[in-house]
Amino acid sequence: MSTQLILFFILAVIAILSAIGMLVSKNSVYSAMFLVLNFVTIAVLFLLLNAPFIAMVQVTIYAGAIMVLFLFVIMLLGTDMAAEGISMPWQPPIAILLSGALILEFAFILFFAQQDVLPQIEAISAAFGSPQSIGKLLFNFYLLPFEVTSVLLLVAMVGAIILAQRETG
Amino acid sequence: MTTADLNVALPFIIVAAWACILLVIDLFIPADRKGLTALLAVAGMGFASIPVLLRFEESNRAFNGMIVQDGFSSFLQLLLLGVGVISVALAYDYLQRRKIVKGEYYTLLLFSVSGMVLMAQAGDLIIVFLALELLSVPLYVLSGFAAKSNPESEEAAMKYFLLGAFASGFIVYGIALVYGATGTTEIEAIHNVLISGVSNLGLLTVGAVLILVGLGFKVAVVPFHMWTPDVYDGAPSSVTALMSVGAKAGGFAALLRLFLAGFPEIAANLAPILVGVAALTLIWGNIAAIAQQNIKRMMAYSSISHAGYIFMMLPAIVDSDIAPDAISAALFYLFVYAVSNLGAWGVILALERADGGGLSIDDYAGLGERNPGLALAMALFMLSLIGVPPTAGFIGKFFLFRVVLDANMIGLALVGVITSLISAYYYLRVVVVMYMRSGDPQVRSERWLNATLWLTALGTFLLGIFPGPLLNLASRTGLFGLVP
Amino acid sequence: MDPALLVEWLVKSGVIIFLILTGFAYLTLFERRVLARIQVRIGPNRAGPLGLLQPLADGIKLLFKEEVIPDKADKVIFILAPVLTVIPAFVLLAVIPLGPEISILGRSYSLSLAGDVNVGVLYLLAVASISVYGIVLAGWSSNNKYALLGGLRSAAQMISYELVLGLAFIGPILLANSMSLKDIIQAQSRVWFIVLQPIGFLLFLVASIAEVNRAPFDMPEAEQELTAGYHVEYSGMKFALFFMAEYGKMIVVSFITASLFLGGYLGPFVDKLPLLGPIYLLVKVTLILFFMIWVRATWPRIRYDRLMALGWKVLLPIGLLNIIITAILVILVGGY
Repeated sequence: MSTQLILFFILAVIAILSAIGMLVSKNSVYSAMFLVLNFVTIAVLFLLLNAPFIAMVQVTIYAGAIMVLFLFVIMLLGTDMAAEGISMPWQPPIAILLSGALILEFAFILFFAQQDVLPQIEAISAAFGSPQSIGKLLFNFYLLPFEVTSVLLLVAMVGAIILAQRETG
Repeated sequence: MTTADLNVALPFIIVAAWACILLVIDLFIPADRKGLTALLAVAGMGFASIPVLLRFEESNRAFNGMIVQDGFSSFLQLLLLGVGVISVALAYDYLQRRKIVKGEYYTLLLFSVSGMVLMAQAGDLIIVFLALELLSVPLYVLSGFAAKSNPESEEAAMKYFLLGAFASGFIVYGIALVYGATGTTEIEAIHNVLISGVSNLGLLTVGAVLILVGLGFKVAVVPFHMWTPDVYDGAPSSVTALMSVGAKAGGFAALLRLFLAGFPEIAANLAPILVGVAALTLIWGNIAAIAQQNIKRMMAYSSISHAGYIFMMLPAIVDSDIAPDAISAALFYLFVYAVSNLGAWGVILALERADGGGLSIDDYAGLGERNPGLALAMALFMLSLIGVPPTAGFIGKFFLFRVVLDANMIGLALVGVITSLISAYYYLRVVVVMYMRSGDPQVRSERWLNATLWLTALGTFLLGIFPGPLLNLASRTGLFGLVP
Repeated sequence: MDPALLVEWLVKSGVIIFLILTGFAYLTLFERRVLARIQVRIGPNRAGPLGLLQPLADGIKLLFKEEVIPDKADKVIFILAPVLTVIPAFVLLAVIPLGPEISILGRSYSLSLAGDVNVGVLYLLAVASISVYGIVLAGWSSNNKYALLGGLRSAAQMISYELVLGLAFIGPILLANSMSLKDIIQAQSRVWFIVLQPIGFLLFLVASIAEVNRAPFDMPEAEQELTAGYHVEYSGMKFALFFMAEYGKMIVVSFITASLFLGGYLGPFVDKLPLLGPIYLLVKVTLILFFMIWVRATWPRIRYDRLMALGWKVLLPIGLLNIIITAILVILVGGY
């Protein structure tokens, strides 16, 4: 077995366990922390796929920014409140059944029918995930979506401030 | 990026950039003179319409196919910019009455219009998604604009936001599947891959259905309409007016372009579902409207039913002979619906009181006596929404039904006609209450509001008598590369 | 995998850990002595010559203190939090080149753990962004209102100043045309970036002091309002870990500042004698550390709302402006 494969399996196990941990934790702070662990593991998987830029961005944005805000909200609301959800007795069996079907399907496609289902794509170059190539793509081919996204983020920011603003006079 | 690229994107760039600038300018405008901001917003949309008018007939693709310009986009852009201008005029007095004057209202409105304008040109699924978000996010905020004094507005914003985010999730997932099936997000390229037969049909179909569901939420067709009455009711009325026309037109722009230019073959497979959705929307929208006592809720269900009428065009565009007619019928109807609907909302705004009262249909009693002009306008709008000749609504529906019959969907046409008859009941009830019962409605009269009412009433009437020029315009609006 | 490479990594990791641990120990002594001089006192000078054994004495004292875990605390996270706080300080140093490549016995070694990483600067930002967790969790798990407030405050502060930090990073990236720290240092061989990026340097300095929660931005520890912030309930070695994290981060931040703006290991004769590189770097780091202590000795703590306003309303716009000006100049001059 190559080093890559060993690393992958260790990471995969951590990722799956942390995802399960997130689901079954009664305490929402624990759930959040498991999710952070999951995000970081995924980031390392990206590194393994030779996509360092996405890996770093994954950590910075998801683990570093979004989850910290999540944690803020959880802590300020108090965990006792968030822990008690509405109980739906029919939900767990259906969820298990559906996810089981999904895993089976996934395994089938992955191991038996990969060629039939997915269109073949050409091999990607080694520099594919590097910051340079992403930057070039973002500022040339995807220039317009990039700019529209910036406008969208500005609007979201303005909107959030307006809704949260205290009345002054 | 070249100048040609920029030229094609100019309407969007002008509106979005002007909104950004206005955001800053507004800081220097004192709180009691926010009318200036409104005026500037209107000016921005006016500027944006100039490049649209100058290049109405051209077709171009720009930014590597991210956006396209064709008659379809130009027509919709003009319509949407007009809707934006009218919404500003409707909002100006209303905001003062409800004491929610803030300059950001107009900036957000401008941002929303920029999203709609971009949506009309979207040639790539990425742009479809971004434009949809850009037109929705400001609307979420605007729905909650009265949240400080009115908890219902807050509820509306929350509901709209949550369900909108939910719908966006569907669309993103659908886009991902379409990309997985074809290896591209450009709408034209998707079609090329589809005809060449190398794509994965199953995956593509699922992706298309997911996108349909997501956009179905945005344009409010049954069974994805549940949010509509609460949101339309809770949001400030001036916002609802924009929402009921602009968001719908944007959503339909994406739906029509996607299903005609992207995957008509898939649409053909999905035809039974499309017909079913259209029929359900027509039936449920019109029947549920009967039970409403609140005029805003009634108009919400009315807007659902009108989404159903336009949605009838989706199964019709499958047939490539009928597609051009279907597109122009849909565009014409969108225009007519926009004019009549905005007019009706103008009347609702004129009657709504500062405390949020005046919204029950019973509050319209005696309007015919007290304010005959306003009552006449309202009657005209109601007749147009039913589709009674000689109003614009009649011409619009006439062409819609003709396309449906051409496409041999007689059942659907029948449903359309019968539900139109049903709709006469609740629209006419407003007219009956206005003229046959006596009461003392409080009417707000204001310059911009009156001007809007005049304009829309005139439009509704004139389009009913001389539909020729507009029809001509709508019929020349081919989709890029497909319809001449 | 090449076993020699594994050994190389182990040795380098050992060096980094050693560097931070001794650095931490003697930085405390350094700080106390410098503070004492500034305040016209003598400072600790009893343990060993010039007080050099003082850190050892402190360490032994902390080791033998009783560890108290509050009854209502969340035990797992309470124990985990100090560890989570310390780790970022250690791993950050991995991408920083301590010197130019040197060759020993026919094999060339780069003097950084990770070699030449093409997203080095992003790595720094990523690790900095998750270093908040230790502090927040410490504050929350203690089940103490002062601790929670301290934790939330410092988290808000760190998130806010992270943006400024990120913006300040962009100046050197634009000038060096690379995100690799090695390239950034090499690009400074003619002139240090502190000359070309004076505003960026100041922003970075301010933001990094805030990022490590040092005076005058030591909000979470504002003892008058919050007793001692997020680590009120900690004692013994766990308390020492927080201490270690703070000083470790100070050292790392100084390394980063030196690399981005002060030419890193560059100095006269480095190309002839590569081993001079680490020495130059250490001198620069010591100077920056001295500056940080100096600031602590002379500046009063600023109020919390002022701190946030400074971050969002002053530093952030300046940072954006700095980037725009730098980018325009880089294009006009045709690359630095």
